[in-house]
Amino acid sequence: MASDKIIEVNRLSVSFDGKTVLSDASFSAYNGNITVILGGSGSGKTTVFKHILGLYPVEPGKIFLLGNDIATLDENEQNKLYLKMGVFYQNGGLLSSLTVGENVALPLEQHTDLPDEIIKEIASQKLSLVNLNDTYHMYPSQLSGGMFKRAALARAIVMDPQMLLCDEPGSGLDPVSLASLDNLIIELKKQLQMSVVMVTHEVSSILRIADRIIFLADSKVIFEGPVSDALSSDKKPLINFFNKS
Amino acid sequence: MKNDNNKKIASQNQLKYRLEGSTLYLYNSLNFAHSGDFVNDMLKRLKNYKSPELIINLAGLTEIDSAGVAAIFYLKRKISEKNIDVSITEASNRVSKKLELFGPDKATTSSKVKKAPFLESLAIRLQDFFTSYISEFILLSADVFYWTLHDLFNPRSRRKGEVLNQAVLIGVNATLIVVVMMFIIGLVIALQSSAQLRHFGANIFVVDLTVIAMMAQMGPLITAILVAGRSGSAIAAEIATMKVTAELDALKTMGLNPIRFAVIPKIYGCLSTMPFLTILANIAGIAGGMLAAYLFLDISPEVFINRMGHSIYSKDIMTGIVKSLVYGSIIVLTGSFFGLRVKEGAEGVGKSTTVAVVVAISLVIIADSIMGLIFYT
Repeated sequence: MASDKIIEVNRLSVSFDGKTVLSDASFSAYNGNITVILGGSGSGKTTVFKHILGLYPVEPGKIFLLGNDIATLDENEQNKLYLKMGVFYQNGGLLSSLTVGENVALPLEQHTDLPDEIIKEIASQKLSLVNLNDTYHMYPSQLSGGMFKRAALARAIVMDPQMLLCDEPGSGLDPVSLASLDNLIIELKKQLQMSVVMVTHEVSSILRIADRIIFLADSKVIFEGPVSDALSSDKKPLINFFNKS
Repeated sequence: MKNDNNKKIASQNQLKYRLEGSTLYLYNSLNFAHSGDFVNDMLKRLKNYKSPELIINLAGLTEIDSAGVAAIFYLKRKISEKNIDVSITEASNRVSKKLELFGPDKATTSSKVKKAPFLESLAIRLQDFFTSYISEFILLSADVFYWTLHDLFNPRSRRKGEVLNQAVLIGVNATLIVVVMMFIIGLVIALQSSAQLRHFGANIFVVDLTVIAMMAQMGPLITAILVAGRSGSAIAAEIATMKVTAELDALKTMGLNPIRFAVIPKIYGCLSTMPFLTILANIAGIAGGMLAAYLFLDISPEVFINRMGHSIYSKDIMTGIVKSLVYGSIIVLTGSFFGLRVKEGAEGVGKSTTVAVVVAISLVIIADSIMGLIFYT
């Protein structure tokens, strides 16, 4: 199982202005799984996510991403690693000055030598995969909330990433759109043979999508394992979380 | 602009391909790293290809991604254009699945809307300009005019201190820049005209020239242009941001009229300060002229002030004040109009701000010409 690890967090501790956000956190995410990092507000989910992305320095502790210790990578190596990952931000992160198609094509234009015609084709394919067939020339502001998220998802998968990282993908969506986005992520995971790591606190989403969960509470990893085990766990924070939600 | 460091994606499984007779064999992996070079190379090599068919044999291909699939179908399409029959054969199960997933029938390329003929599109644009700009601007002006008069006699409808706040933001805070600029302009006008007047021994007329130019034209106009640049942009940006962040919708759903809440205090603030700002601008411009007259034409301040009595007309003072009120209304209306028209997004706020300033200054100059014709013919 160890060789299947796509993310390995070892004894990560984080504190801001003397306040401990994470203490000695260790967990792993595995290839081919949908791993959900969950916890209540202020439990350190987003902090973990940003550390995994290498946006914050890892100290003390270690994070291995696709087998690479991210603290030892220089900028070039880190950029190469980013190409193997698709990141789906909470607010989508689509550039409002570009059309949806241009947004999706942007990573291809920046990182490949492909002719423009092929780039457009790949971007259209990816938009088609997320059921946004006729939106290539539309601007992000012309999309509905659900469509906006799907366009952001298309951009995240445009480079056929090995791993998709999602930060609260369902925030701001109604239950129907949320379910449809979850199903889309499951379908894309199958089709593109990706691993998915997701930060969320939407219980409906977790039950629908997760293979494994990592539960954070009181700055610690309280639980790590399959969803079925989490639901039958006798740990109080976990029981409270699922009951309240 | 390509990022050279990341231009090529490293791959351990290098693509190999060879053209043998009418068969193109591909081996190993076709992905983002090689697809561009592969396509360009093959298009060059197949330029003079004579055979009526080409078989793309994928038996040796172990890996393919969406870029590889797009490259193969792109190549197929390009070669088919030369009436060459292209077929793809012997793809493994794994590769076939990817061909099916990323194949061209999956991607429905949405084409741009067909352009209308020139005259038709011109007519559509003109119609759009009149319906969505002119008529909406008139409607907003009517709305603002109504609520300005209505709320004038209904002080309870205004938030306490908001008019004063706007008067300070739009008028009082602009005092320094307006006074300094007008002093410099007055000085330069007197300086440049003194060189001409000296030739004719008409030095003393520099007073008439400066005073009339300042009171009737330059004072109100330059003040309005400075306020349009300074406050017009701020008004547009503020209202646009309120719209983008749904604050205006929130006001509506709270039963508040966004125009009364966001625009009317700005109208009061601007209209109550513009006349004073214009008078200060006139004084600063004349003071600048007085300094130039003293330094370059030996006209003492006493003589200058005495002569001013012959060149100041109450009509000029009144028209200056009327102009300042008209310009103030134009600045606030234009800023509000473009702020309210903003499309969502940060870029929209920037665009509406720029357009608001350009249109406000243009309208002020047009209004100046019209009022010039009304008052001086």
